[in-house]
Amino acid sequence: MKKYHLKISTLPVLLATALLAVVLGGCQKGSDPSATQGALTKNAAERTYVAPGEYDEYYAFFSGGFSGQLSVYGLPSGRLFKVIPVFSQDGEKGYGYNEETKPMLETSYGFVPWGDAHHPDISQTKGELDGRWLFINENNTPRIARVDLTTFETAEIIEIPNSAGNHSSAFVTENTEYVVAGTRFSVPIPQQDISIDEYKGKFKGSLSFLSVDPEHGHMDLKFQIRMPGFDYDLAHPGRGASHGWFFFTTYNTEEASTLLEVNASQKDKDYIAAINWKKAEEYLKAGKGKKEKARYAHNIYSDETHTATTHWKDEVTVLEASELPGMVYFIPIPKSPHGCDVTPDGEYIIGSGKLASSVTAHSFTKMLKAIEEKKFDGEAYGIPVLQYDAVLAGSVEQGGLGPLHTEFDGQGNAYTTFFISSEVVKWKIGTWEVLDRQPVYYSVGHLMIPGGNSAKPFGKYLVALNKITKDRYLPTGPELCHSAQLFDISGEKMELLLDFPTIGEPHYAAAVPAEMLMEKSLKIFKLEDNKHPYVTKSEAESKVVRNGNEVHVYMTMIRSHFGPDNIEGIEVGDKVYFHVTNLEQDFDVPHGFAMMGANNAEILVMPGQTETLVWEPEQVGVWPFYCPDFCSALHQEMQGYVRVSPKGSKTPLKFTLDGEAMDAL
Amino acid sequence: MKFKSATIIAILTLFLLGCSGGPNEVESFDSTPAAPESTEPAPTADDPMSNRGVGPIKSLALEAIDEKLAKSGEDFFRTKCAACHRMDKRRVGPSLGGITERRTPEWIMNMIMNPTEMLEKDPIAKELLAEYATQMADQNVDESEARAILEFLRTQSAP
Repeated sequence: MKKYHLKISTLPVLLATALLAVVLGGCQKGSDPSATQGALTKNAAERTYVAPGEYDEYYAFFSGGFSGQLSVYGLPSGRLFKVIPVFSQDGEKGYGYNEETKPMLETSYGFVPWGDAHHPDISQTKGELDGRWLFINENNTPRIARVDLTTFETAEIIEIPNSAGNHSSAFVTENTEYVVAGTRFSVPIPQQDISIDEYKGKFKGSLSFLSVDPEHGHMDLKFQIRMPGFDYDLAHPGRGASHGWFFFTTYNTEEASTLLEVNASQKDKDYIAAINWKKAEEYLKAGKGKKEKARYAHNIYSDETHTATTHWKDEVTVLEASELPGMVYFIPIPKSPHGCDVTPDGEYIIGSGKLASSVTAHSFTKMLKAIEEKKFDGEAYGIPVLQYDAVLAGSVEQGGLGPLHTEFDGQGNAYTTFFISSEVVKWKIGTWEVLDRQPVYYSVGHLMIPGGNSAKPFGKYLVALNKITKDRYLPTGPELCHSAQLFDISGEKMELLLDFPTIGEPHYAAAVPAEMLMEKSLKIFKLEDNKHPYVTKSEAESKVVRNGNEVHVYMTMIRSHFGPDNIEGIEVGDKVYFHVTNLEQDFDVPHGFAMMGANNAEILVMPGQTETLVWEPEQVGVWPFYCPDFCSALHQEMQGYVRVSPKGSKTPLKFTLDGEAMDAL
Repeated sequence: MKFKSATIIAILTLFLLGCSGGPNEVESFDSTPAAPESTEPAPTADDPMSNRGVGPIKSLALEAIDEKLAKSGEDFFRTKCAACHRMDKRRVGPSLGGITERRTPEWIMNMIMNPTEMLEKDPIAKELLAEYATQMADQNVDESEARAILEFLRTQSAP
């Protein structure tokens, strides 16, 4: 249906007809739903409708792609709850603008205000989602972030050295022992001034393993495996019997460095790199790791000081894949694979050759046997290449065109996206037969089943993440939204329930049952626990302190006024730090602070929190500030003034509220 | 066109209601179940000194002022209350000097600990909200803190 070509006047009629059909159909409860197979099931509206005041069944976290952020939706409603700033500055929340969160975006390249967020993955225990943290990778300036799932805020960002295009990331092992980061671009390591023609042989890849502290979640770059100069695309962990292994897809094993579109697709097969990380740990313990210089930033946010700190690192431990036998094997896989997905039981590694039509399943059991029996088909840079047939378990034939990514429902079925033919295909693990196929609108990238990348998927819904929407929504100029499509997969056939637009370009998503997170979602920060160096815990403690041309304003906010709200004695050329503490201790009462002419953003301060906005006034006058977040009936009254005098004036420093000094009681 | 669509939707809604079997069965994770209905008689605004308010404090017998308790109450007052209340004048909220002569101790503690429900149900609190417009903030004050604040307020006489 090409909506663009319809006359507007026909729309209400069509809408009415469609709705009437839905309504009438909905009344006939006994009728067979399969009698009128269409893209849209008859009672789809009922199954995605979450009544006002009711909650969704799942939290779903969608990567923002080039927005650099992470968005939180409810399923099945598709309602957007929050956009969590991760790798990009966010003026809405002051993230990356206020003094507390600027260090989060610090890197060895300096302050980087934008990122490309790709693959969220939720922490696991014994292969199952535990809902503690969410990890997400940044592709452009290689980083991994950890989002705390009690505050729904970015808690930590670590830079990945010796990497470029951190794409095969940020997936976790069965007990969140590690989160991984595989390089998309191979580069000279260490970086040096050489000809790009020297790519082959001189450029190398890095697969990084970052340990995760089981108590605090803090990441630490434990080791890097130095790999041949291929492109490393996606990855998934082994689980169950294959726990201890990690699988990465590779492309451009041709090692082309120009027009990869053509030159990286010459060979029939590329590889899945099977990494035995337990073996790597043994080598590490035996001292086989080489210490190399590498400077990178590790930024940690504290919920006690409400401040992020950058810790500089200067060394990385490298394990050479070509020199350490038994640590890495290559499994051949059809052309330029993308997804590399492991079944919930850990037995099959599903490869999607995106330029092929088939999806191949590789058996972990057969892989171990082939290794034992040395069924090798040569080697690449000293790394054994396993015989294709010795590892192959089966393939899904004629699934579609351009297979990309597969997830599982925990009922023995797999679901693969096909980008070129715009469809999701359901097939059976073990028999590899196609069970169902449904079109998506359009050009689907990844898909997501809650827990679909774990030992225990919740196989009720599937979300297809579509790159192209063309005529699906009201047009908004040349730039259109990307979209999600929700399918019910609890029956034999997938049923399309809902379309909803997404933010940026979601490359992947992760979802958990709501009850896993909602009870532990933090409501306020306790004021008494606030250890911010510039906290003001009561109005009586509010003050303004001058130190040279630096002025520190210790300010409070509560419904609905600032303390102090009149400040005099500021001069042109001063650097004014507004350290604003929200004294509220009630749920859902943030206050904002916005200063006229400030060259940054607002700050949005949660109850019990302190945030700092810097203002460098350049003009003499009396300048207002106010609360930009509606907070009470008298929100519009929540304002104040700062008097700015010429440089060198003798205007005395003065700060008051209601004409009184701040320590009046 | 907007009107037409609205009409159509309204008609369809009626249609839907006409054939629905009952309320929608959507799973709820409601974490804040409604408080059980109180069996006490509804308080009135007429006699403040017999109104104990709505909340956890049902009955409180006061003894001689405990100075130490009052001192700790002053500290809590400073961080949790003083942004809005003075003893000698109206500020964001009412003046509190001599408040214990105008309200029962139970009402005061319930107002401190349970302002949201008080503003919904208690006749005096409702009148105050209408007058002051700013909702009293729930500062997550626990019972021992509220008791200490009450003790401090007992030491503060009307201006």
